[in-house]
Amino acid sequence: MTTVATDVAAVSTLRMADDCLVLSHRLAQWSSRAPSLEDDVALTNIALDELGQARALYVRTAELDGTGRSEDDYAFLRDEREFVNCQLVEQENGDFATTIVRQLLFTTYQHAQWRALVGSPDEQVAAIAAKAIKEATYHRHHAVDWTLRLGDGTEESHRRMETALAALWPFTAELFEVDDLTADLVATGVAADPAVLRGEWEPFVEGVLHEATLTRPEVTWAPSGGRRGLHTECFGYMLTEMQHLHRSHPGVSW
Amino acid sequence: MSGDARLPLWEVFVRSRRGLSHNHVGSLHAADAEMALRNARDVFTRRMEGISIWVVPSTAITASSPDEKDAFFDPAGDKAYRHPTFYTIPKDVQQL
Repeated sequence: MTTVATDVAAVSTLRMADDCLVLSHRLAQWSSRAPSLEDDVALTNIALDELGQARALYVRTAELDGTGRSEDDYAFLRDEREFVNCQLVEQENGDFATTIVRQLLFTTYQHAQWRALVGSPDEQVAAIAAKAIKEATYHRHHAVDWTLRLGDGTEESHRRMETALAALWPFTAELFEVDDLTADLVATGVAADPAVLRGEWEPFVEGVLHEATLTRPEVTWAPSGGRRGLHTECFGYMLTEMQHLHRSHPGVSW
Repeated sequence: MSGDARLPLWEVFVRSRRGLSHNHVGSLHAADAEMALRNARDVFTRRMEGISIWVVPSTAITASSPDEKDAFFDPAGDKAYRHPTFYTIPKDVQQL
């Protein structure tokens, strides 16, 4: 934390916080709609874990960026262009296979990220990571189990998994992007090194896909921009729904 | 929402803390044992209810029949001497 400005470090925690919050909201949208009660509870449990991680990261972000904003300020009072989550997490739930593929691709990344940050020089981030890594281990396990089951399941489940993979894989490039900020952040250990994350993510995901009899799709495009506030169309609708209550009734509590 | 009827039923036993035995807490649907265990973790231990979980296929359980209730349980009804009522239980013993 000595050689990197705190407002730069805040960008890093904000990116992670937004990833967690947006994924949390997407997963929460499964509530009462999952294929079985058991998975309804599983997906919403994971949503709550992600929400908890988001909250801790927003608190840390507010300290680092010096604005003293509350968690609600970050979640409910920012517009689309101010969110810096990756585009992968904002993608719509689709069918169950799509959600599972999104979970596999993202939680494997997140797991690697938390693992790297357990040794962060920012003690608060290290503490958040130490708690989150246990949750992430479970989230990844859940995604892997379902990927194997659906990929190597019926003809229909296999087809749906392949379709979901083709749709979501392009969004994974953004996870490992390097920008102006990343270099400084990585050098000081404040952010995980994208190259290291990729080195963990790629063999793990490919191993799971192989075991699930799924093939890594050939991808010809790599959408990007989430970290700069550029998002896909579906995100605006999601934010509208997520922020509606707070914006209609400012300061509401329950 | 009920579980998928195509998935087998499992009985779930949770041990709430060290030293106690596993207690039956309910049942759920899952494709196999590992999934049953994971589902049980989500459905039954979200509020720190346990430190250990067992799952058992419901079909593996042989239950006593309600029709045989009398033959099974009534004979024990009037044998008070089988109960350890002649001992005083120390106050500090929480679980017996």
